[in-house]
Amino acid sequence: MHYDREYLRIQQRRDFFRSFSGMLGGVALSNLLGAAEAGGGNPLAPKKPHFAAKARNVIFFFQEGGPSHLDLYDPKPALQKWHGQPLPPSMSKDLNFVFVKPDAKVLGTERVFTPHGQSGTEFSDYIPHIGAHADDICLIRSMHTEAFNHHPGQALLFSGSTQFGRPTAGAWVSYGLGSESQDMPAFVVLSSGKGTSGGSMNWASGFLPSTYAGTVFRNSGEPILYLPNPPGVTPETQRARLDLIRKLNEERQYDTGDASIASRVHSYELAFRMQSAAPRFLDFSQESARTLEDYGVNKEPTHPYAVNCLLARRMVERGVRFVMLAHASWDDHQELNRKLKKNCAITDQPIGALIGDLKSRGLFDSTLLVWAGEFGRTPVGQFERVDEDPGRDHHPNCFSIWAAGGGIKGGQVIGKTDEIGLQVAENPVHIHDLQATMLHTLGLEHTRLTYRHMGRDFRLTDVGGRVVKQMLL
Amino acid sequence: MRSFLVALHGILLPALAAAAVDFARDIEPLLAARCVSCHGARTQMKGLRLDNRNDAVRVLSPGKSDASLLLRLVAGLEDKRVMPPVGARLTAAEIAKLREWIDAGAVWPVSAAAATGAKSKHWSFQPVARTAPPATRNQTWARNEIDRYILARLEREGWEPSPEAAKTTLIRRVSLDLTGLPPSPREVAEFLGDNRGDAYERLVDRLLESPHYGERWARPWLDLARYADSDGYEKDYVRPHAWRWRHWVIDAINADMPFDQFTVEQIAGDLLPNATLNQRIATGFHRNTLTNREGGVNIEQFRVEQVLDRAATVGTVWLGLTFGCAQCHDHKYDPISQRDFYQMFAFFNSTAEMNVDAPLAGEMGPYLARLSAYRNKREEILARYKVADYQPAWEARMKEARAFPGKWTDWDHAFDALTKYLDHALQILDTPPAQRTQKQTDAMTDHFIQNYHRVISKELWKELNWGEARKQLRELRGAYPALSEAPVMAEGATRPSHILTRGEWKKPAEPVSPIVPAFLHAPPLGAAPPRLTLARWLVSPENPLTARVTVNRVWQELFGRGLVRTPEDFGAQGEKPSHPELLDFLASRFMDLGWKRKMLIKLIVTSATYRQSSHARPDMDARDPGNALLSHQSRLRLPAELVRDSALHVSELLYPAIGGRSVRPPMPKGVIELAYGTDAGWPESTGRDRYRRGLYIHFQRTVPYPQLMNFDAPDASLAACKRDRSNTALQALNLLNDPVFVESAQALTARLLREQPAPSVAARIEHLFQICLSRPPSRREAEFASGYYQQQTGLFERDAKAAAVLFPLEVPGVSRVETAAWTGLASAILNLDEFITRE
Repeated sequence: MHYDREYLRIQQRRDFFRSFSGMLGGVALSNLLGAAEAGGGNPLAPKKPHFAAKARNVIFFFQEGGPSHLDLYDPKPALQKWHGQPLPPSMSKDLNFVFVKPDAKVLGTERVFTPHGQSGTEFSDYIPHIGAHADDICLIRSMHTEAFNHHPGQALLFSGSTQFGRPTAGAWVSYGLGSESQDMPAFVVLSSGKGTSGGSMNWASGFLPSTYAGTVFRNSGEPILYLPNPPGVTPETQRARLDLIRKLNEERQYDTGDASIASRVHSYELAFRMQSAAPRFLDFSQESARTLEDYGVNKEPTHPYAVNCLLARRMVERGVRFVMLAHASWDDHQELNRKLKKNCAITDQPIGALIGDLKSRGLFDSTLLVWAGEFGRTPVGQFERVDEDPGRDHHPNCFSIWAAGGGIKGGQVIGKTDEIGLQVAENPVHIHDLQATMLHTLGLEHTRLTYRHMGRDFRLTDVGGRVVKQMLL
Repeated sequence: MRSFLVALHGILLPALAAAAVDFARDIEPLLAARCVSCHGARTQMKGLRLDNRNDAVRVLSPGKSDASLLLRLVAGLEDKRVMPPVGARLTAAEIAKLREWIDAGAVWPVSAAAATGAKSKHWSFQPVARTAPPATRNQTWARNEIDRYILARLEREGWEPSPEAAKTTLIRRVSLDLTGLPPSPREVAEFLGDNRGDAYERLVDRLLESPHYGERWARPWLDLARYADSDGYEKDYVRPHAWRWRHWVIDAINADMPFDQFTVEQIAGDLLPNATLNQRIATGFHRNTLTNREGGVNIEQFRVEQVLDRAATVGTVWLGLTFGCAQCHDHKYDPISQRDFYQMFAFFNSTAEMNVDAPLAGEMGPYLARLSAYRNKREEILARYKVADYQPAWEARMKEARAFPGKWTDWDHAFDALTKYLDHALQILDTPPAQRTQKQTDAMTDHFIQNYHRVISKELWKELNWGEARKQLRELRGAYPALSEAPVMAEGATRPSHILTRGEWKKPAEPVSPIVPAFLHAPPLGAAPPRLTLARWLVSPENPLTARVTVNRVWQELFGRGLVRTPEDFGAQGEKPSHPELLDFLASRFMDLGWKRKMLIKLIVTSATYRQSSHARPDMDARDPGNALLSHQSRLRLPAELVRDSALHVSELLYPAIGGRSVRPPMPKGVIELAYGTDAGWPESTGRDRYRRGLYIHFQRTVPYPQLMNFDAPDASLAACKRDRSNTALQALNLLNDPVFVESAQALTARLLREQPAPSVAARIEHLFQICLSRPPSRREAEFASGYYQQQTGLFERDAKAAAVLFPLEVPGVSRVETAAWTGLASAILNLDEFITRE
C-alpha cells in the first residue's frame, strides 16, 4: 500500500498552520475568530441578500391567542346595530366556528374608535400609543388564514404550514442572512404572559440546523439557559478553562485533521462572549430616565413587556437579526372587555415607546416591525357561562395585523372587511403573502430562499405567497 | 453575457477531458430535481414537459446548444427570465453538462426512469439483486464481503482506503456505537492486552450482549416512531403510559427479535392469532401520533389526521418513500397515486385506541394484595364528598347536551371537554353504570369530579370542596401499587374510507379499500385481516424496499451517512446509492440471516471499512468531499442522549437500570412555563432517577428538555430518519454550566481522586484522560493540562471560598484547593470536542 502516514501528517500540519497561522503561540482572540470563520467555522456568518434590502432586522410582536380585530383595529358600527341578533342565514351558512354555533348572537363592541395622524387611520381607545404612530403604520384589515385552532394557526403563521416540523420565520431569516451580532445568536425570543400554546415550536428550526433556532432570552433570572458560570467559577477561571479547552481541541484538530473542530472552538468563544454580553442587555443603567418612563419599565402592568421592548431595541442595535416578542394570551372567549383592556394596558405603551425610540435613534427605517396574532375573533359573541361576560370565538376568515419600519409604507390601510368584520371584502392578504413581503423587505425573494428536505425544496411560503406591493415603500 | 459564455467553455473543456456526460447520472436527476415539478406529468407550465425527449426536444435543439432555449434560460441569457425560477441558479458545472449533452445530440435512453410510463424502472423498486462481491487488486485489506465492494469502488478511482484506527479508538468507537457508553479504563486495558486474533470480534460479541445495546439501538427507532410522552398541540397532555411501548422496543431489540417479527407485531400484533400481551403492547408504535384536545376542535378531523399520519409514517419508515406527498395529489415523481395513499390510509382507518393493563414482572402480586383496601378507601372518599348524589344527573344532562347541541352553551362546553379529555367518553356514557368496567367507572367519576365546576355556580363548587376530594384521591392512588398500562391499537368498527380531496377530511371522494400500492409486489395470499396482511407484505422477501431501507439506516448509524444519503427518500427525488451492489448484498444477507439485527451489525462493525481510521484525508478532500466512497471513517458528534450518558457514565453518576418509566431530571426554572399546555408542570425526579440515560427523559412535545434540543434531538412530530449534528454556542453553555454536567465534573473528580490516590499530578491527568477519552494524553496535552492545573491551584489559594463551592465535598488527604482545580480540569475534559465525538 502506498499510503504514507507521515506524509499525511505533514500535509495536515501545513494545512493547520495555514488556517490557524501561529495560533498555538497564543495570538489574540480576534485572530482566532477570524481564522475559524475563514475556515468555515461559523454557520451564522453574514450572507448577502438576494437583492438590496430595506430592512436589516425584524421585531415581531406576536400577540398569541388571536386578538380581536373588531375591538382594536377594524371599526364596525354595524355591530352595534346587529347586537343581540343572530346573523342572517345568508351570512352564516358556510361558517364554522370553534365553540359558538353559527346562529349565535352578534356581540357589539364597547370600544370607541378615533382617527389618528395625518392618515386618519382609526384605532381603538385601548391602544392610543400604537395609534399615535398611525402615520408610520401599514394596517392590514384583510388578513386571512386557514387554521382556526391555536397551534395549527401558529404553525401556519410562523412556519407557513399547519403541519408541524417546518422551520419558522426567524430561523429562515437567520439561515438566509446569517448574523451580524458578535455576541448573541441571530434569532432571539422574548416571552411574556402565560406561555404560548405552540411553545418552542413557534421558534423552532424544523429541518434546518438547530443553529438557526430561536434562543429564548428571559428578562429575569438567567437570561439564557445555562448562561451563568457554575458556583465557584469566576470569569477568570472560566477564561482559563476555555483556553485549555481551546488548546486541547486544537491539538485534536492537528491529530485528526478534522476542520470541523474549528467550529466547535468558535462556538465556545461565542458562548464566552454571550456570557458577558447577555447580562449587559439587562443593564439599563445607561438608559435615560425618560426612556425608562416612556416604555413603562418601572411600573405595572407594563413592566415585563416594557423590558422586552427595550431589550428588543438594544438587541437590534447590537445586530441581532430577528427578535420575537411573544405575549400570551389574547384568547378571549369570555370577559372580552376586561381581558382585552388588561393585555392592551400591558403592551400598548411599550410598543408605542419602542417605535418612537427606534425613530429617534435612526433604526426605524432598517427594522421591520410586525404586530400579529394567529387569527382574529368572531363578530358573534360567545356566552360561555351565565355568570360571566361574553367573549368572542376564533375567527380565521379575516383579521387585522400591522407592519411598520424597514421598507414598509406607513400611514395606510390595506384591505377591507364586510359590514361586521366577518369576511374579507377587498384585497385579501394571506399569511403566506405577509411572509413573502417580510422576506422581501429583507432583500430575500421568498421563492428562492429554499432548503432541500425529504426530496423537495421547502420554503417559508410553502407553495403560495405573493409580495404585497402596496405595503412597500 | 459574453464573459459568462467564455467562463462556461472554460469549465466545459476540462469536464470533457475528465468524463463524458452520462444521461442517467448527470442529466436525468438534474431535470427531475429542478425542472419536472413544473414541467412534468402532473403540471406542464407553458405546455412544456421535460420528462421525455419527444416533448422536451423543442427547447433542446439537439446538437446546437447555442440555439437551445433550455440552455439559454438556465444560463440567464434570455432577458428577464431565468429558469428554474425557484431556488438556487444552476451551477456552472451543471450548465456545462447540459450543454455538452445537448451538443452530443441530447440522447435520451428510453429506459431512463423519467421517461413517460417507465417509472417502475426506478432502481429501488427492482428486486434486491444477489451479486458475488467483486474482485479487488489488493488481496490483503478486505476482512469480509463488505470490504470488497468498498475497496473495488475505491480502486476503480485509483484511491486507497485508510489504515485501521488505533486500538484505543476502535474500542471507544465500537462501544459508543453498540451501547452508547464509552469503555472503562479496565475494558480498554483488557482489550489492549488481548493479543488473540479474534480479540476485536470477542469485544463486539460482548457489547452486543450488553443490555445497553437495546437502549442504544432503540433510540433511532423511537425517532422514526415520533415517540414522546405528551400529546402535542395546545393542551399537550402528558401520556403517562407511553413509556411502556418504549420498554417493549428496548426488550425486543435486546432479545434480537427478527425485524420481520418486530414489524408485524408493531403494525398488527393485536391481530395475530392468540395475540399475547407483548404483541399487543407492540402496537403502541402507532399510538405515538399527535393528539389534539384543544377545546372546540372536531374530534373526527383529528382522528383523520392521525390516520393520515399513520399511513405516511408506514411509507417513510418501512418503504423509505415520501408517501405523504400523495395525500393531496398523485406523487409528482414517484408512481404513488393519491389512490395508493388512501388505500394505505384504509388499513388504519378502522383501528381503535385503548389502554390495557400491562404489568411488568413483580407488579401483579403487590397490586392484588392491596387492591381491596384501595377500593374501600376510594369508595370512602367518594361517599364523604357525596359524589354519587350529583353524578347521575350530570350524566343525564350530558346525554341531553349531546342530543341538542346549542341549547345550553355551558353544557355544550362541558360536553366538549368530556369528549376531549376522557378517552372513549361516548362509549362509557352509553354503557349503563352497572355494566361498566371498573376502569371505565373510575375514569368517568374522575372526569366528573375534575370538570363539574363547568356547569355549576361558583358558590356550589366552593361548598362541595371537591378540590380537596381530588387531592385525596390523587394521594390515595400514589400510596397504593398500580399496574403499568400500555397504549395499544385494536380493530374497531369498520369505517368506510375515501380519497380525501386535497387531503381535507370534510371532502371525501371515491371510496377505497385497504390495498397495497400496485407498483410494488403483490400481497401474500391468505385470509388474514387487512392490517395483518399489510404487515406481512411489508416484510415479504419480495419487498424491494424494506430490507434496503432498514440496512441503510443501520449503516447510517455506523458511518454517519447511509449508502443512500436520503434515508427518508428512496424514490426518484432521493439520492442513488453510492454502492448499489453493496446495499443489495446487505439487504439480502439481512433477510438470509432471518432479519437478525445483531448479526448484521456484527458483519458491518467487523469489516475493515468500519475499522478504518477516521482521520481526515486531505488527499481526498477535493476528490470525495462527502466521503461517499468511504476512504476513511468519520468523526461523528454524539447524539443528544449520548452526550448526557457519556458524562454521567464516566463520572459514575449514571443509574444504569434498563427500561421503565420516563424521568424528569432538574430543568431550569422558567422553561416549562414557555408553553401553557403543561399543567402537570415538571415534577422533578429524585434520587437515582435524576441520573438515568437520556432516552428515558420525559419528552414534553411543546417544551422538550433543553439539552436534548440543543443537541439536535428531533421534535417528535413526524418520523425522523436522521439527525442533524450541529455545533452551537448553546451547546457550549449547556456543557459548561448545566448542573448535570457540573455535577458530573464533581463526581468525576471524586472518582479520579479515589482511583488515583497517589498525589502525582501527571498520573492523575493520565488517568483522567483514560477515563474520559480511553487513551493517555500526548506530551503536549499533558503539559497543557498540568499548566492549567498549576495555574488554577494558584488562583484557588487566593480564593478559598470559590474553591469550596466548586467542589463542596471533602476528600481525605486532598486539599480544597486541589479538589477545586481537579474539578475545573475534569469539566474541561468533559467539554472537549473529542469527548462528545465518536471518532
